[in-house]
Amino acid sequence: MSDTDSGLDFSLNRVAAMVRRYWYLLSSSWPRILDLVYWPTVQMLMWGFLQLYVAQNAGFFARAGGVFIGSVLLWDILFRGQLGFSISFLEEMYARNLGNIMMSPLRPVEFISALMIMSIVRLSIGMVPVSLLAIAFFGFNLWSFGLALAAFFANLILTSWSVGIFVAGLLLRNGLGAESMAWTIMFLFLPLTCVYYPVAVLPHWLQYVAWSLPPTYVFEGMRALLIDHVFRGDLMIEALAFNMVLFAAASLAFLKLLQSAREQGSLLQAGE
Amino acid sequence: MDAQASSAIAVDSLVKRYKTATAVDGISFRLAPGSITGLLGGNGAGKTTTIAMIMGLVTPTAGTVRVLGAEMPRERYRVLHRMNFESPYVDMPMRLSVRQNLSVFAQLYGVRDIDARIAQLAADLDLVEFLDRPTGKLSAGQKTRASLAKSLLNRPEVLLLDEPTASLDPDTADWVRSRLERYRRAHNATVLLASHNMTEVERLCERVIIMKRGRIEDDDTPERLLARYGRATLEDVFLDVARGRRHSEAAQ
Repeated sequence: MSDTDSGLDFSLNRVAAMVRRYWYLLSSSWPRILDLVYWPTVQMLMWGFLQLYVAQNAGFFARAGGVFIGSVLLWDILFRGQLGFSISFLEEMYARNLGNIMMSPLRPVEFISALMIMSIVRLSIGMVPVSLLAIAFFGFNLWSFGLALAAFFANLILTSWSVGIFVAGLLLRNGLGAESMAWTIMFLFLPLTCVYYPVAVLPHWLQYVAWSLPPTYVFEGMRALLIDHVFRGDLMIEALAFNMVLFAAASLAFLKLLQSAREQGSLLQAGE
Repeated sequence: MDAQASSAIAVDSLVKRYKTATAVDGISFRLAPGSITGLLGGNGAGKTTTIAMIMGLVTPTAGTVRVLGAEMPRERYRVLHRMNFESPYVDMPMRLSVRQNLSVFAQLYGVRDIDARIAQLAADLDLVEFLDRPTGKLSAGQKTRASLAKSLLNRPEVLLLDEPTASLDPDTADWVRSRLERYRRAHNATVLLASHNMTEVERLCERVIIMKRGRIEDDDTPERLLARYGRATLEDVFLDVARGRRHSEAAQ
């Protein structure tokens, strides 16, 4: 494959250059920063108040305090992680800067590393204030999950990067015509990974699909923690194994799509 | 050392076919180190595709491109830090200031002493007062100078320019040409310039390759082309080629 000759040559300096480029952009634009906080806050408040209402009328939800709000916060890590990755990539296309980047000595693996770092930066700007608001409004402390939160976060962010890498490949190959995938692809995971309900609710055959997606293990693990007060390390290890496969498949797909983009001549004019 | 190895750019039997169209149809040429060559042709002649293959952005369907001895795109990371380009098909991020953009690209290209290099280029290209202005707020001429600064950041040995003075007023375009000429002389850089602007090509280039429908129609010095076609300007030569008049007919 034409892009593999670069694989062993990795420069932190070039990754830092790209991170700096995205940071300059983000820090120069308050609407971009506001956007990182706005929607997660709205979601958290809506689900939090719904949970308060349901808890007053149903014994189960009274016992399982925080399941909805925990779900929405973890879902946002998954969704915003991918969006943070994909938006940074899209910024290059909007700015018509992709040709400059692809013609520079920056390797694909360095480009992807910078996008992963930026997804964490963007996620942190959005999620840290929202998690503090959840404490203030509903007494729900995501940080009290401790080690479990680290395991949940690691698995969710890995999935979000895998999806982000695949979407970046699609954008390289198909231009901005594939932009809607960046915004909507993660919603396919919403029903299948059982964010708000247990896997057992799904039809039997669909449960196999659900268990092949790493976030399903995280959301089941979160419910086990909140309802049964048990941390299921086994679920996290299984999620990690599926994540490794997903990440490898997404990286391979990205390189194939990049190769195809070079063949189709879509790198220089990566417009519509 | 054979001719291919000693050339800064060696293009051999290069073909690029898309699904139904042939953009480049078996062209070959070699550019000597330190030379400046114009690539002329009408819209759809294959100039941009040729330059994109030289840059490694497009994979050839057949044939080979070697830049500074490296086969493109397979070995591009051996030489990308020694090349650069400017094209109307790409922009620098608009919200970033000129200094921020130049500093990011300088880091990507591994430039040492970035601040000094930016200061030097800003002085050379008359950008000092715009360095801290967002790139999107610059005029067309200022943007071109900023893009030119980006393309010279790493002191490239091979410089590829696609319509470098398009949309500039004659005075600014002339100013940009003089800076390009000065850079090439100072660094013995190999420059390949795709242009529609015949005055530009006549003034800058010591060799002209004329393309039409993906093929090379003619390839010579401007003086010999003018003599062969019996024309006073390259524009007339270009029109003869574009309209299918052979040099023998044109000379009559």
